[in-house]
Amino acid sequence: MSFRNTPLAVIHDVDKATLLTPELRAEIDKHVAKYPPEWKQSAVMPALTLVQDHNGGWLSRELMDQVAAYLDMPETAVYEVATFYAMYDLEPVGRHKVCVCNSVSCRLGGAEELMHHIEKKYNVAPGGTTADGKLTFKEFECLGACRHAPAVMVDKVYHECVTPEAIDKIIDDLD
Amino acid sequence: MSDDKITLEIDGRFCTAAPGEMIIAVADREGIVIPRFCYHEKLSIAANCRMCLVEAEQGGRPFPKPIPACATPVGEGMKVLTRSKKALDAQRGTMEFLLINHPLDCPICDQGGECELQDVSMGYGEDVSRFSERKRVVKDEDLGPLIATEMTRCIHCTRCVRFGAEIAGLRELGATGRGEDMRIGTFVGQSMAHELSGNIIDLCPVGALTSKPYRFTARAWELTSDEGIAPHDGVGSNLQLHIRDGKVMRVHPRDNEAVNECWISDRDRFSYEGLNSPERLKAPMLKRDGDWQEVDWQEALHAAVDLLKAPGPDQLGVLVSPTATLEEQFLLQRLVRALGSDHIDTRLRQLDFSAAAADPQLPWLGVPIAELETQQTVLLIGSDIRQEQPLLAHRLRKAALSGATIALLNPYAVDLNHPSIQIAPSPSVPGSDLRALLRLLGKPTEGPAAEPDERHQRIADALTRAGQDGKGLVLLGTLAESAPAFGLVRALAAEVAAAAGCRLGFLAPAANSVGSWCAGSLPHRLPGGAAPARPGLDAGAMLTDPRQGYLLWGLEPDRDLADPTLAMSALRAAKQVVACTAFRSPALDTVADVLLPISAFAETAGTFVNTEARWQRFQGAVPPPGDARPGWKVLRVLGTMMELPGFAQNSAREVHDELASQCRDLTPDNQMREAMPAPDLSSATPQAAELFRIGNVPIYATDPLVRRAPALQRTPLAEQLAVSLHPDDAAALGLADGQLARVAQVAINGERTEVNAPVVIDDRIAVGCARIPAGVEGSGELGPIMGPVQISKAGA
Repeated sequence: MSFRNTPLAVIHDVDKATLLTPELRAEIDKHVAKYPPEWKQSAVMPALTLVQDHNGGWLSRELMDQVAAYLDMPETAVYEVATFYAMYDLEPVGRHKVCVCNSVSCRLGGAEELMHHIEKKYNVAPGGTTADGKLTFKEFECLGACRHAPAVMVDKVYHECVTPEAIDKIIDDLD
Repeated sequence: MSDDKITLEIDGRFCTAAPGEMIIAVADREGIVIPRFCYHEKLSIAANCRMCLVEAEQGGRPFPKPIPACATPVGEGMKVLTRSKKALDAQRGTMEFLLINHPLDCPICDQGGECELQDVSMGYGEDVSRFSERKRVVKDEDLGPLIATEMTRCIHCTRCVRFGAEIAGLRELGATGRGEDMRIGTFVGQSMAHELSGNIIDLCPVGALTSKPYRFTARAWELTSDEGIAPHDGVGSNLQLHIRDGKVMRVHPRDNEAVNECWISDRDRFSYEGLNSPERLKAPMLKRDGDWQEVDWQEALHAAVDLLKAPGPDQLGVLVSPTATLEEQFLLQRLVRALGSDHIDTRLRQLDFSAAAADPQLPWLGVPIAELETQQTVLLIGSDIRQEQPLLAHRLRKAALSGATIALLNPYAVDLNHPSIQIAPSPSVPGSDLRALLRLLGKPTEGPAAEPDERHQRIADALTRAGQDGKGLVLLGTLAESAPAFGLVRALAAEVAAAAGCRLGFLAPAANSVGSWCAGSLPHRLPGGAAPARPGLDAGAMLTDPRQGYLLWGLEPDRDLADPTLAMSALRAAKQVVACTAFRSPALDTVADVLLPISAFAETAGTFVNTEARWQRFQGAVPPPGDARPGWKVLRVLGTMMELPGFAQNSAREVHDELASQCRDLTPDNQMREAMPAPDLSSATPQAAELFRIGNVPIYATDPLVRRAPALQRTPLAEQLAVSLHPDDAAALGLADGQLARVAQVAINGERTEVNAPVVIDDRIAVGCARIPAGVEGSGELGPIMGPVQISKAGA
């Protein structure tokens, strides 16, 4: 046996025109076009990101199944990707996501303190959402911004050298 | 690819290898042991367990780190050290990490004593754990009645995940989560519905996936192992039977690349459970004034002899299960022929015998099993291949994935896990699609032909192309064999094969169907394949033209025969019925006068001839229960008591050798003996307001043994009696999914039958057809396995 060269494709018994929305399908198609046809599963990550953004920041099982059907993938293979990466959420989330990096440099730079601060001040545990639904607080795997630790990603914007005061200001500025 | 060989050195031994081979494959061939968990010869390379780390150097330069032997291709002049300090350190380190989260409670694990992790830990690990923290615990998932899970023990080798994607073609298991949170499971908690699912039990190197029926019933070191041959489909998978105290405790595959590779189907793996069925017949029984009484063998045999002699030569019919061993079939035909007739048959589910004169000399697969995967085009006619022959379906899947065209002509579209071209023709005009193909192949024949569409064109083109390369095959399956126009379909199939330059093949419906053509247990074949002076009555004629007496061997008349209603009525009316059987059943109790207990699977020595005409001998591994005796011995005694010649053998081996010497010149041959006259189909063509019944035999309903295997019967693949209809037909009849339908069918003897069965709406069924399985509970009340049927609302 050798290295596998193409992933298992599964043709689902659905009409693709009924999946997701026409706009999402058009966006996903742009990513599919970047890969050889037998590798169209490679578009699963951008597809999940698009679908998640469209769905208010989280992925339901039905949506993941639709992505699987659209990309001719086994459902399990989509679940594997969606559960592996920290940027996908499989439960409903708040209006904003505050993701504090928990890797070595950031921890040395004060990420733990920052997390305790958020936990206490906004009364939310890592992985949880505040009662008012404003923000979901996440401990995140390495954000790759070690030089200016600690790093925090708020929605899709990076903030570096974040102090408790700085994070309060950032959060206050959110709607 | 060049055929250059390269030379490398492993542990000081010079080995030759093909370029691109992995170190571990070369080491395995040389008998050099490298520990591994994730690597498996038949699966893709994952290189995720890191257990096979070795030290190596290439071109005089050592690799800076230990390298995984499973994922490093060999190079010319490479030096590999599998037992150096660096290699052993790496392996020990890996082992320590693998055990961090693995429970160290082998005594309470079902895998204990035969666990790869345990063995490798003994050989390559430390004896003390430095890990004092808490271990993680993973919730179990219910994967159905065959596979037990204990996911805390999983070491994430992903063999089961890769098996699903690459071999089964059904990716249900996956590795979700990351790092500490990674889990193997279905994520959504469904059970595995696949006919090969049990193989992940063998693949799992630890105790995470184990056999549910076997679990905690025995320990590996208490078991002895015997070789066996699977008794169900035509593959004849090679088995390893694990035995304790005269009982088969479980069944494992035995590697045979030419037959079953290293896999077996779930049917072959779990059917052994049927051996312990409470319905096993353990003592001879005699019916006295309508009551069954246990008697001793002497009395039962005398009664059987009298019953068999009473009907006179022409009035005895012998119906034999095609799973009977070669030895049994040989002695049975000798018995009936010594009594003066040729009325013996094993083609129990065949309806149309009109073309018997055209029957080939020894119908077989047409190519060796292993060559199925190198075919370019395979046209399957009337075969639900995954249900009938799971491992041949796997071979065809391999062919399809390497680019072959697999086409199917079936009365319903079947579930396949690879690309295919499927046409679901209406069986009411038999052969119309084959005639369409013949027209496209330039050999039009008389008779109604379907209007060829683009699919026919693709099939015809693919067959022609494959025919030119000698890699095309036209196969007839059991659905075709049960068709009322089997002779016609077969003749047309042969013409299609000839026109395209392809080979013709037959899928043997049971473990020893091909054996019948060798042993002469057919009305028109003597042992060795010669034809008798005048053919006897076939399985159909024996019942439509009822005999006075019958000998039934290893079958249930309401489940295993083409028209159960006809069969039951003929048997009820018969004056003498001797049943040799391993199981009691209400139907046998009703019709038989004496029941002789015979051996089932694994309990007798014998031979099966598989679909590629391979003779596979096996020994009895366990004794039959109670007073039951190996079938060939019962026949030998019966023959001797009747003072017939040729029943003096001392062993199954002698019976085998005697037959083998007569079959020396018999070679597999699918050539039709003569052109076929057009059959009379008037009775089989549905009238208006009738549908056509398709009686498929579901995967776990094929024979008495598998029907009594409880775990298999609880799987989603075990079908119940139901009426599957195309949505259009269902709408026309006013039937909704799940509603109860009244099924009325006229048996061949004119008897009217009726049963109620739930409706399943399924758009894969051809319009005008009703799929109503045979061989399942309740199907015995109906008429022919295929034929016209009336369906209405129950109670209307």
